Amino acid sequence: MTLRARLASYEGFLCAVLLALLVVNTLVLRDQSGVPMFLTSDNLINMFQLSAEKIIVALVMTFVIINGEIDLSVASIMGLAACAFGWFFQQGVPAPVAIGLSLLIGLACGAFNALFIVRLGIPSLVVTLATMIAFRGIARILVEDRGITDFPDWFDRLGQAGLIGPFPLAMVIFAFGAVFAWVVLERSAFGRKVYFIGSNRAVADYSGIDVGRIKTVIFVASGLVSALAGVLYAARLGAIRGDAALGFELDVITMVLLGGISIFGGSGTMVGTVLAILIVLALRNGMGLANITGHIQTGVLGILLILSVMVPMIRDRLTRLFQRGAHGTPD
Amino acid sequence: MGNVSPTTLRVLALLAVFALTVAFFSTQIDSYLNARLFNRTSTSVAIIALIAVGQAFVVLTRNIDLSVGSTVGCVAYLVGGLVAQYPDIQPLLLVALAIGAGALFGAVNGVLVAYVGLPSIIVTLATLAIFRSILVQFSTGGSITTDRLPDWLTGFAQANAIQIGELQVRWMVVITLVVVLVAHVYLTRFRSGRQFFAVGSNPDAARFAGISMARTILVAFVLCGALAGLAGFMFLSRFGNITVVAGLGFELKSIGAVVVGGVNIFGGSGSVIGVLIGATLIDLIDTSLVRWEVVSEFWREAVLGFLILGAVVLDTLLTRRLMRRKIAAAEAARSPALQKEAAA
Repeated sequence: MTLRARLASYEGFLCAVLLALLVVNTLVLRDQSGVPMFLTSDNLINMFQLSAEKIIVALVMTFVIINGEIDLSVASIMGLAACAFGWFFQQGVPAPVAIGLSLLIGLACGAFNALFIVRLGIPSLVVTLATMIAFRGIARILVEDRGITDFPDWFDRLGQAGLIGPFPLAMVIFAFGAVFAWVVLERSAFGRKVYFIGSNRAVADYSGIDVGRIKTVIFVASGLVSALAGVLYAARLGAIRGDAALGFELDVITMVLLGGISIFGGSGTMVGTVLAILIVLALRNGMGLANITGHIQTGVLGILLILSVMVPMIRDRLTRLFQRGAHGTPD
Repeated sequence: MGNVSPTTLRVLALLAVFALTVAFFSTQIDSYLNARLFNRTSTSVAIIALIAVGQAFVVLTRNIDLSVGSTVGCVAYLVGGLVAQYPDIQPLLLVALAIGAGALFGAVNGVLVAYVGLPSIIVTLATLAIFRSILVQFSTGGSITTDRLPDWLTGFAQANAIQIGELQVRWMVVITLVVVLVAHVYLTRFRSGRQFFAVGSNPDAARFAGISMARTILVAFVLCGALAGLAGFMFLSRFGNITVVAGLGFELKSIGAVVVGGVNIFGGSGSVIGVLIGATLIDLIDTSLVRWEVVSEFWREAVLGFLILGAVVLDTLLTRRLMRRKIAAAEAARSPALQKEAAA
């Protein structure tokens, strides 16, 4: 790809937005004594830590959406895994075993979704809408309206303290996860199949690709990663409740779609998702430092989401218009 | 059975499930079947059924509206704030304003989906957040309380249209029933009503038949918003206290009612009568589980989720079976003619 093509791509656009945002945040956000607040290591780590679980799930959601599906149940699986961990712990199960069991539950949730989507061919939008309510319901049955706290110290530290230098475990997982996800999606046969199925399922079927197996793997992975994110969430807060991670699926899907991943499947890149994650984090952090409330922040992200889908569309139309104008000249 | 349409079959099946549910709970809960159950269930269904009927229009055209919950909350807040400021405002004008505001929200979704060409799930996911933040911006965190509302408004939710002994049919319920009936007649008997089905079941064929896709989808979203606006007015009247989380989760409940009610999530088939029964069934199970002693009230969400899943699975399997039988019947009908041809 030439430099010019790279700059004109959607990722180039995201890069420009991110840079602009970083510059504005750095220049504008100052505390009362005029000291810049944004570009400090404490703030930047805090910025990542507050959304660490969501951004980990966004990586696997990228696979789901590129494959032409959607998983609305991720936040409920996060909540269920967190609550299951708390419940097992309360029943006297040692914490490491409880973590393992919670991850298994996430795996089972993903497999349950896949069963209906792959075996029965019911649209993932409907299946995961139902399981989103059902998994959250199981979480509520487990902990009712109690809060569970008093986890072992090492567990709380895992979520809160730095693991490598000042970086907590969730950030380390995200960093390695992002690289791993990029390799799998864009440098492996599995990843090519994910794109292929997303862009034309019927052709993929006729080409001898085991579409069902790939979709099953993706949904099971989505369940497992969501459960991991749920346990990390429990560790960061040091407490769990039935409404843990409620509504996170919207944030996660917004990040992925903002990254230029088509909701119809088949296109988008992991770099796009990561850039979109950074934009959302910087935007939320900046608005937070400027004392803008959470609901308004979400509203601004909503506008951004619509714009992000419109920009490539408008660009395509302009390109077509331009090409029609230059009719006859070879490309 | 031959001439019963799949849609009618679905409604009949739903009615059977509904009757079974009522029968089951009446054996489990003491003095279950009484007037209070009817009064309470019908009032809460009145609000969610309105939203679900609007949602059904959108789903019929192969779209989805995730923003209805925010529309309900935002309209309830705007109208409540208005009437608190100007208590002498005409009741009918207030209702019209609520419907108009809702329709305006719906139009925003509709234009972005139908004319700009963005996927509805993305647009309404975004407006879900945007409408809610408009509400927060307007309220600046404060809430509307019952004592700031005029008596006629808070009294409306309790006003009965018909009363037979203890059995009360509230005005709200009557309005919803009228809306459902009008929507049903419109969708089944009017040319412009049939267009919603045409657009949803085969967009290409609809376009070739000269139906304006964009206009039909826009109308569906506007209707959905308008009904959510009316529901917002009822919500304000019933609860009186409106906070920034008003109407949260109504989008899922309405989609649940639509799906359980037998509307195909990929558009093109379903009936609003089914949606009404679906909404009633969900609400009935929801409130009955709270009173059922065998399980705690925390089971509600899990049961609701698995219920929706079960309804969809059943629907998929039944529809496939019906299709297979239809194909088999068509083959059987054709074969004598083929034999004759072969003989000649």
